[in-house]
Amino acid sequence: MARNRSSAAATSSMEQLLAAKEIVIHCGSGGVGKTTTAAAAAAMAAVHHGGKVLVLTVDPARRLANALGLEMFGNVETRVPAEAFSEAGVEPRGELWAAMLDTKQSWDDLVRRHAPDPTTRDAILANPLYQNIAGRFVQSHDYIAMERLYEIHASGTYDLIVVDTPPTRNAIDFLEAPERMADFFSSRLLRWLTVPARSRVLNMASRPFYSVADRILGSKFLEDIAEFFLLFQTMYDGFVDRAHAVTRTLADKRTTFVVVSTLESAPVREAEFFIDALEERRLHLGAVVLNKVLPAWFLDRDATAVAQELCAKGEALASELPESLGPPEQVGRVLHEVGESYLNFQVVAKREAEMRAELSASPEVVAAVPYFDHDITDLAGLLELGERIWR
Amino acid sequence: MADLLDRKLLFVTGKGGVGKSTIAASLALLASQRGKRTLVGEVDAKGNLADFFEVGTTSFEPREVSPGLFAMSMDTEESLKEYLSLQLKVPFVARLGPLARTFDFVANAAPGVKEILTIGKFLWEVREGSFDLVVVDAVASGHITGQLAAPQAIQELVQVGLVRDQTGWMLDMLGDPAQTGVVIVAAPEEMPVNESLELVERLEAETVVDLAAVVANRVLPELFSRGEEEVFERLDEPEMADPLARAVGGPVEQVLDGARLAVTLRRTRGVHLARLRTELPPRTPLLYVPYLFQRSHGARATNQVAAHLSEELGY
Repeated sequence: MARNRSSAAATSSMEQLLAAKEIVIHCGSGGVGKTTTAAAAAAMAAVHHGGKVLVLTVDPARRLANALGLEMFGNVETRVPAEAFSEAGVEPRGELWAAMLDTKQSWDDLVRRHAPDPTTRDAILANPLYQNIAGRFVQSHDYIAMERLYEIHASGTYDLIVVDTPPTRNAIDFLEAPERMADFFSSRLLRWLTVPARSRVLNMASRPFYSVADRILGSKFLEDIAEFFLLFQTMYDGFVDRAHAVTRTLADKRTTFVVVSTLESAPVREAEFFIDALEERRLHLGAVVLNKVLPAWFLDRDATAVAQELCAKGEALASELPESLGPPEQVGRVLHEVGESYLNFQVVAKREAEMRAELSASPEVVAAVPYFDHDITDLAGLLELGERIWR
Repeated sequence: MADLLDRKLLFVTGKGGVGKSTIAASLALLASQRGKRTLVGEVDAKGNLADFFEVGTTSFEPREVSPGLFAMSMDTEESLKEYLSLQLKVPFVARLGPLARTFDFVANAAPGVKEILTIGKFLWEVREGSFDLVVVDAVASGHITGQLAAPQAIQELVQVGLVRDQTGWMLDMLGDPAQTGVVIVAAPEEMPVNESLELVERLEAETVVDLAAVVANRVLPELFSRGEEEVFERLDEPEMADPLARAVGGPVEQVLDGARLAVTLRRTRGVHLARLRTELPPRTPLLYVPYLFQRSHGARATNQVAAHLSEELGY
């Protein structure tokens, strides 16, 4: 496995990174294998480092649950059974736990924690707007993921937490979610919105806003919104403090980010964007994991010459081979296809190599995971992948 | 089955990374090539739809990127302004500073508003008849039902007001399979197939919109026919290595490995593809688009995919 060591100061391996950090956040564009690589890293840490390791996923992937030997896992952390490890032929030094983020459930928990009294709590939980916001408000998903991570870390239950990030429209959304949430709760707008319920005297500044909003949404709905935010404001202090604390956790020395990407152009572009965003925010980039990479032997010069020969002279070559292979015409077609296929994949492999060179400008560990020709269906498969990113 | 491109409004969705935007761009290109005045709009603020036509950038104002093909990017704030000035005759709205600044918060606070401003714009373009077909490069499969169900959510939450008044015709149009449909893009891999099949169920349960077609994107070529595959297996046996190397005049091992990888990938993906085919509702059109080895993005890829879709649609 090739690795970039252009800087002596850079992290030397994933195993060291995972031994040093307490929170590892896997990010990258959709479909690149964030959830799988996060689970593989967590499983490796549980096997080799021991202690209690949690993989927290936002992706309700039944397949991952099955691979971990679980029926399904939810918002509550579940321990991966020892049998799953013994079936994979390993004796882990520690424990592996898994949990999935349930946005609605996590919001409810948050409200229960911060509501000043049971009456307010119940009023918020029953409010139809709250139910909609908790379930659909896109940023709420980003925020709650980071909030939950913070809470679990603060509970001191785990030695290591590996988390994958929600599929955001914009990769950095979740980094900014806590601060946005804090801004939201301290915004003047929120105060404007809640004015009519507090007093019937309208602030002059908000009048044009209301007259328009009124015509669009209807005053009843505006009152609903106002009531909802009035209720929510009772949790203001707790919420804002908490959001700031979540932000601090992301920037903490014990937290690191792993950028996962395939070597296709769109995910690479997003990975580069993300690497820049981390640097800008002075957050720690621990590793870049390249997933589903074509084997380097597709670039071999001698093999290329052979493939070209097969492609061009398939049938002529077939006549020189033992007759037991089959009718020369058919053998010729097979030889041609074999050469053609190699050259086709070679174009992709070359493109990948170029993408990789561009990405490797950053000095972090660049672990390359080859294209697995089978799906990962059990812990053994996860550990096999884990081996490729470990050292 | 109604012809896919004879509908008026297509929402193209799929799991991240499956090539949703490529398919949206190519469907729109194909429609315009077939003489339809077509609008393609992206709803993600990522702004890379323009890359599929190599035209710089797109904005809220549709611009013609090739004959009969117009492209735009959704901007909910612009959509609100347009809506207000058209529907409410509120001319001063453009100068309403606080509204613009605070809009984002309100849109977030009032669930469904941003979504309805997004799909509302496209529905409105269809209703106005400015285009024969509107193709939406919609949000990924995780968020699409929330977007398409926004008119219902608004109806439930908002009892009166002008936004509510608009939901009636929107729902009628969304629910008319002759006009509106969803195109799901799947890659022939396990997770994208799972997510596509789940989405089919959620569309049925949570929205009024019809499933128009499923596109299996990046399908690897079948290298060998059945008889040829047996030849390949014999060729791949150790005792053939020497005669083969002698005939070709070089090491064949890696080239054979390459073919074996291609065959295995095709086979494992074939399993997922077969599952997609059998588990989709009967009569759902399933279109195949091959994996493009040379160029995966850009105007060249858009052209090639459009040509493949054209063939699949029997044009």
